[in-house]
Amino acid sequence: MTTAEIVFTALGVVAVGAGVLVVTTRQIVHAALWLVVSFGALAGMYLVLTAEFVAWVQVLIYVGAIVVLLLFGIMLTRAPIGPGEGMDSGNRLPALAVAVGTAAVLVTLLVRGFKDARIELEPGGGSADALGEAIFREWVLPFEVLSVLLLAALVGAIVLSKGRARTTAAERGSAGPDAGARGSSPGSKGRER
Amino acid sequence: MSVVYPVVFSALLFSVGVYGVLARRNAILVLMSVELMLNAVNLNLVAFDVWLRDALHGGQVLTLFTIVVAAAEVGLGLAIVLLLYRNRRNIDVDRQDTLRETKQEAR
Repeated sequence: MTTAEIVFTALGVVAVGAGVLVVTTRQIVHAALWLVVSFGALAGMYLVLTAEFVAWVQVLIYVGAIVVLLLFGIMLTRAPIGPGEGMDSGNRLPALAVAVGTAAVLVTLLVRGFKDARIELEPGGGSADALGEAIFREWVLPFEVLSVLLLAALVGAIVLSKGRARTTAAERGSAGPDAGARGSSPGSKGRER
Repeated sequence: MSVVYPVVFSALLFSVGVYGVLARRNAILVLMSVELMLNAVNLNLVAFDVWLRDALHGGQVLTLFTIVVAAAEVGLGLAIVLLLYRNRRNIDVDRQDTLRETKQEAR
Protein backbone atom coordinates (compact mmCIF):
# COMPACT_ATOMS: atom_id res chain seq x y z
CA MET A 1 0.00 0.00 0.00
CA THR A 2 1.36 3.37 -0.93
CA THR A 3 0.93 6.52 1.13
CA ALA A 4 -1.79 7.77 -1.20
CA GLU A 5 -3.71 4.53 -0.77
CA ILE A 6 -3.46 4.70 3.02
CA VAL A 7 -4.66 8.31 3.14
CA PHE A 8 -7.41 7.55 0.64
CA THR A 9 -8.59 4.53 2.65
CA ALA A 10 -8.70 6.55 5.87
CA LEU A 11 -10.71 9.31 4.20
CA GLY A 12 -12.99 6.74 2.58
CA VAL A 13 -13.70 5.07 5.91
CA VAL A 14 -14.58 8.48 7.37
CA ALA A 15 -16.84 9.29 4.40
CA VAL A 16 -18.69 5.98 4.43
CA GLY A 17 -18.93 5.94 8.25
CA ALA A 18 -20.36 9.45 8.34
CA GLY A 19 -22.74 8.43 5.54
CA VAL A 20 -23.96 5.49 7.62
CA LEU A 21 -24.55 7.87 10.53
CA VAL A 22 -26.49 10.21 8.22
CA VAL A 23 -28.95 7.46 7.38
CA THR A 24 -29.18 5.95 10.88
CA THR A 25 -29.03 8.78 13.42
CA ARG A 26 -32.18 9.58 15.37
CA GLN A 27 -31.58 13.35 15.41
CA ILE A 28 -32.31 15.12 12.17
CA VAL A 29 -29.90 18.02 12.75
CA HIS A 30 -27.11 15.55 13.50
CA ALA A 31 -27.82 13.92 10.14
CA ALA A 32 -27.13 17.25 8.40
CA LEU A 33 -23.93 17.72 10.39
CA TRP A 34 -22.69 14.20 9.62
CA LEU A 35 -23.39 15.02 5.99
CA VAL A 36 -20.82 17.83 6.35
CA VAL A 37 -18.24 15.32 7.63
CA SER A 38 -18.98 12.93 4.78
CA PHE A 39 -18.70 15.64 2.11
CA GLY A 40 -15.52 17.00 3.69
CA ALA A 41 -13.91 13.56 3.60
CA LEU A 42 -15.00 13.24 -0.04
CA ALA A 43 -13.30 16.56 -0.81
CA GLY A 44 -10.14 15.10 0.75
CA MET A 45 -10.49 12.05 -1.50
CA TYR A 46 -10.71 14.33 -4.54
CA LEU A 47 -7.54 16.05 -3.36
CA VAL A 48 -5.73 12.70 -3.12
CA LEU A 49 -6.90 11.97 -6.66
CA THR A 50 -5.30 15.32 -7.73
CA ALA A 51 -8.70 16.83 -8.59
CA GLU A 52 -8.09 19.96 -6.55
CA PHE A 53 -10.57 22.29 -8.27
CA VAL A 54 -13.39 19.75 -7.88
CA ALA A 55 -12.41 19.40 -4.22
CA TRP A 56 -12.78 23.12 -3.54
CA VAL A 57 -16.03 23.31 -5.49
CA GLN A 58 -17.26 20.41 -3.38
CA VAL A 59 -16.39 22.28 -0.18
CA LEU A 60 -17.94 25.52 -1.42
CA ILE A 61 -21.19 24.21 -2.88
CA TYR A 62 -21.94 21.04 -0.93
CA VAL A 63 -20.61 21.91 2.51
CA GLY A 64 -21.20 25.63 2.18
CA ALA A 65 -24.51 25.89 0.36
CA ILE A 66 -26.43 22.63 0.10
CA VAL A 67 -26.08 21.61 3.75
CA VAL A 68 -27.11 25.11 4.83
CA LEU A 69 -30.11 24.83 2.51
CA LEU A 70 -31.02 21.48 4.09
CA LEU A 71 -30.69 22.97 7.58
CA PHE A 72 -33.03 25.77 6.51
CA GLY A 73 -35.47 23.14 5.28
CA ILE A 74 -35.26 21.32 8.63
CA MET A 75 -36.00 24.53 10.53
CA LEU A 76 -38.78 25.72 8.20
CA THR A 77 -40.62 22.41 8.43
CA ARG A 78 -40.31 22.51 12.23
CA ALA A 79 -38.88 19.04 12.40
CA PRO A 80 -38.40 17.62 15.89
CA ILE A 81 -34.97 18.85 16.97
CA GLY A 82 -34.43 16.32 19.78
CA PRO A 83 -34.08 12.58 19.27
CA GLY A 84 -37.24 11.69 17.41
CA GLU A 85 -39.03 8.44 16.83
CA GLY A 86 -40.67 7.84 13.51
CA MET A 87 -37.88 9.13 11.28
CA ASP A 88 -37.53 5.69 9.76
CA SER A 89 -40.40 4.14 7.88
CA GLY A 90 -41.56 0.59 8.46
CA ASN A 91 -39.51 -0.96 5.68
CA ARG A 92 -36.07 -0.81 7.27
CA LEU A 93 -35.31 -4.49 6.85
CA PRO A 94 -36.20 -4.66 3.13
CA ALA A 95 -34.20 -1.45 2.65
CA LEU A 96 -31.23 -3.02 4.43
CA ALA A 97 -31.53 -6.11 2.25
CA VAL A 98 -31.63 -4.04 -0.93
CA ALA A 99 -28.67 -1.91 0.17
CA VAL A 100 -26.54 -4.91 1.18
CA GLY A 101 -27.44 -6.62 -2.08
CA THR A 102 -26.48 -3.53 -4.09
CA ALA A 103 -23.20 -3.22 -2.21
CA ALA A 104 -22.35 -6.91 -2.65
CA VAL A 105 -23.10 -6.94 -6.37
CA LEU A 106 -21.32 -3.67 -7.10
CA VAL A 107 -18.23 -4.38 -5.01
CA THR A 108 -17.83 -7.89 -6.44
CA LEU A 109 -18.27 -6.67 -10.00
CA LEU A 110 -15.97 -3.67 -9.65
CA VAL A 111 -13.20 -5.52 -7.81
CA ARG A 112 -13.20 -8.27 -10.41
CA GLY A 113 -13.30 -5.75 -13.22
CA PHE A 114 -10.68 -3.25 -12.07
CA LYS A 115 -8.24 -5.17 -9.88
CA ASP A 116 -5.37 -4.74 -12.34
CA ALA A 117 -5.96 -1.11 -13.28
CA ARG A 118 -3.68 1.44 -11.67
CA ILE A 119 -3.93 5.21 -11.43
CA GLU A 120 -0.69 7.14 -11.76
CA LEU A 121 -1.19 10.27 -9.73
CA GLU A 122 0.44 13.34 -11.24
CA PRO A 123 -0.32 16.78 -9.85
CA GLY A 124 -1.72 19.44 -12.17
CA GLY A 125 -4.37 17.43 -14.00
CA GLY A 126 -7.23 18.88 -11.98
CA SER A 127 -6.06 22.43 -11.43
CA ALA A 128 -8.35 25.39 -12.02
CA ASP A 129 -6.17 26.27 -14.99
CA ALA A 130 -6.68 22.94 -16.77
CA LEU A 131 -10.36 22.65 -15.91
CA GLY A 132 -11.17 26.23 -16.90
CA GLU A 133 -9.52 25.67 -20.24
CA ALA A 134 -11.48 22.44 -20.74
CA ILE A 135 -14.82 24.02 -19.78
CA PHE A 136 -14.50 27.18 -21.84
CA ARG A 137 -12.91 25.55 -24.89
CA GLU A 138 -14.65 22.21 -25.20
CA TRP A 139 -17.68 22.24 -22.94
CA VAL A 140 -19.07 25.73 -23.52
CA LEU A 141 -22.46 24.62 -24.85
CA PRO A 142 -23.29 22.28 -21.92
CA PHE A 143 -22.06 25.01 -19.58
CA GLU A 144 -24.50 27.53 -21.04
CA VAL A 145 -27.35 25.01 -21.11
CA LEU A 146 -26.65 24.37 -17.45
CA SER A 147 -26.93 28.06 -16.66
CA VAL A 148 -30.37 28.08 -18.32
CA LEU A 149 -31.27 25.05 -16.20
CA LEU A 150 -30.23 26.91 -13.05
CA LEU A 151 -32.36 29.87 -14.10
CA ALA A 152 -35.33 27.55 -14.66
CA ALA A 153 -34.80 25.94 -11.26
CA LEU A 154 -34.62 29.38 -9.63
CA VAL A 155 -37.85 30.49 -11.32
CA GLY A 156 -39.49 27.20 -10.39
CA ALA A 157 -38.50 27.51 -6.74
CA ILE A 158 -39.83 31.07 -6.61
CA VAL A 159 -43.11 30.08 -8.29
CA LEU A 160 -43.56 27.10 -5.98
CA SER A 161 -42.98 28.99 -2.78
CA LYS A 162 -44.23 32.47 -3.67
CA GLY A 163 -47.37 31.97 -5.74
CA ARG A 164 -49.03 29.77 -3.17
CA ALA A 165 -48.08 32.10 -0.34
CA ARG A 166 -49.72 35.07 -2.06
CA THR A 167 -53.06 33.31 -2.49
CA THR A 168 -53.12 32.07 1.08
CA ALA A 169 -52.13 35.50 2.34
CA ALA A 170 -54.93 37.03 0.26
CA GLU A 171 -57.39 34.48 1.61
CA ARG A 172 -56.42 34.88 5.21
CA GLY A 173 -55.24 38.46 5.00
CA SER A 174 -52.78 38.11 7.87
CA ALA A 175 -49.93 35.77 6.95
CA GLY A 176 -47.94 38.43 5.11
CA PRO A 177 -44.44 38.69 6.63
CA ASP A 178 -44.25 35.04 7.63
CA ALA A 179 -45.17 33.77 4.20
CA GLY A 180 -42.85 36.29 2.57
CA ALA A 181 -39.89 35.08 4.64
CA ARG A 182 -40.66 31.48 3.73
CA GLY A 183 -41.11 32.28 0.10
CA SER A 184 -37.90 34.20 -0.30
CA SER A 185 -35.55 31.60 1.18
CA PRO A 186 -35.36 29.00 -1.63
CA GLY A 187 -35.26 31.72 -4.27
CA SER A 188 -32.40 33.66 -2.75
CA LYS A 189 -30.43 30.47 -2.38
CA GLY A 190 -30.94 29.63 -6.00
CA ARG A 191 -29.68 33.06 -6.91
CA GLU A 192 -26.37 32.53 -5.12
CA ARG A 193 -25.33 29.96 -7.69
CA MET B 1 -2.94 3.80 -6.60
CA SER B 2 -5.25 1.01 -7.61
CA VAL B 3 -8.55 1.94 -9.25
CA VAL B 4 -10.27 -0.46 -6.85
CA TYR B 5 -10.05 1.95 -3.88
CA PRO B 6 -12.14 4.86 -5.22
CA VAL B 7 -14.51 2.52 -7.06
CA VAL B 8 -15.23 0.38 -3.98
CA PHE B 9 -15.71 3.38 -1.70
CA SER B 10 -18.12 4.94 -4.15
CA ALA B 11 -20.08 1.69 -4.39
CA LEU B 12 -20.34 1.56 -0.59
CA LEU B 13 -21.42 5.20 -0.41
CA PHE B 14 -24.04 4.57 -3.08
CA SER B 15 -25.43 1.62 -1.12
CA VAL B 16 -25.64 3.75 2.01
CA GLY B 17 -27.62 6.30 0.00
CA VAL B 18 -29.92 3.56 -1.32
CA TYR B 19 -30.61 2.43 2.23
CA GLY B 20 -31.36 6.00 3.30
CA VAL B 21 -33.77 6.65 0.44
CA LEU B 22 -35.68 3.44 1.16
CA ALA B 23 -35.65 3.50 4.95
CA ARG B 24 -36.07 7.15 5.89
CA ARG B 25 -39.48 8.69 6.37
CA ASN B 26 -38.70 12.41 6.62
CA ALA B 27 -38.52 13.96 3.14
CA ILE B 28 -35.48 16.08 3.99
CA LEU B 29 -33.57 12.99 5.13
CA VAL B 30 -34.50 11.34 1.83
CA LEU B 31 -33.02 14.35 0.01
CA MET B 32 -29.81 13.98 2.06
CA SER B 33 -29.56 10.33 1.03
CA VAL B 34 -29.99 11.32 -2.62
CA GLU B 35 -27.07 13.70 -2.14
CA LEU B 36 -24.96 10.80 -0.82
CA MET B 37 -25.74 8.79 -3.97
CA LEU B 38 -24.87 11.73 -6.22
CA ASN B 39 -21.56 12.13 -4.42
CA ALA B 40 -20.75 8.47 -4.94
CA VAL B 41 -21.24 8.97 -8.67
CA ASN B 42 -19.02 12.07 -8.56
CA LEU B 43 -16.21 10.08 -6.93
CA ASN B 44 -16.44 7.53 -9.73
CA LEU B 45 -16.32 10.24 -12.39
CA VAL B 46 -13.23 11.85 -10.89
CA ALA B 47 -11.46 8.51 -10.43
CA PHE B 48 -12.04 7.43 -14.03
CA ASP B 49 -11.04 10.83 -15.35
CA VAL B 50 -7.73 10.66 -13.48
CA TRP B 51 -7.19 7.03 -14.46
CA LEU B 52 -7.87 7.51 -18.19
CA ARG B 53 -6.04 10.89 -18.36
CA ASP B 54 -8.84 12.36 -20.47
CA ALA B 55 -7.44 15.22 -22.53
CA LEU B 56 -10.80 17.03 -22.40
CA HIS B 57 -11.18 16.43 -18.64
CA GLY B 58 -14.63 15.04 -19.35
CA GLY B 59 -14.98 13.33 -15.97
CA GLN B 60 -14.09 16.30 -13.82
CA VAL B 61 -16.14 18.71 -15.92
CA LEU B 62 -19.11 16.35 -15.69
CA THR B 63 -18.55 16.24 -11.91
CA LEU B 64 -18.86 20.02 -11.78
CA PHE B 65 -22.03 19.81 -13.88
CA THR B 66 -23.43 17.15 -11.56
CA ILE B 67 -22.75 19.37 -8.56
CA VAL B 68 -24.65 22.22 -10.22
CA VAL B 69 -27.57 19.97 -11.12
CA ALA B 70 -27.59 18.68 -7.53
CA ALA B 71 -27.78 22.26 -6.29
CA ALA B 72 -30.75 22.96 -8.56
CA GLU B 73 -32.37 19.70 -7.46
CA VAL B 74 -32.02 20.51 -3.77
CA GLY B 75 -33.41 24.02 -4.30
CA LEU B 76 -36.48 22.74 -6.12
CA GLY B 77 -36.86 19.73 -3.84
CA LEU B 78 -36.85 21.87 -0.72
CA ALA B 79 -39.38 24.26 -2.29
CA ILE B 80 -41.65 21.27 -2.94
CA VAL B 81 -41.10 19.93 0.59
CA LEU B 82 -41.95 23.32 2.10
CA LEU B 83 -45.12 23.50 -0.02
CA LEU B 84 -46.02 20.01 1.17
CA TYR B 85 -45.45 21.07 4.78
CA ARG B 86 -47.58 24.17 4.31
CA ASN B 87 -50.47 22.13 2.89
CA ARG B 88 -50.26 18.93 4.94
CA ARG B 89 -48.41 19.89 8.15
CA ASN B 90 -46.13 16.87 7.78
CA ILE B 91 -43.43 15.79 5.35
CA ASP B 92 -43.45 12.04 5.99
CA VAL B 93 -43.10 10.42 2.60
CA ASP B 94 -45.14 7.35 3.55
CA ARG B 95 -48.11 9.44 4.68
CA GLN B 96 -48.58 11.20 1.34
CA ASP B 97 -50.99 8.51 0.15
CA THR B 98 -53.82 10.49 -1.41
CA LEU B 99 -53.36 8.66 -4.70
CA ARG B 100 -53.31 5.14 -3.28
CA GLU B 101 -55.75 2.60 -4.61
CA THR B 102 -57.68 1.52 -1.53
CA LYS B 103 -61.17 2.69 -0.53
CA GLN B 104 -59.67 4.11 2.65
CA GLU B 105 -60.18 7.85 3.08
CA ALA B 106 -57.22 10.02 2.23
CA ARG B 107 -55.58 11.42 5.32
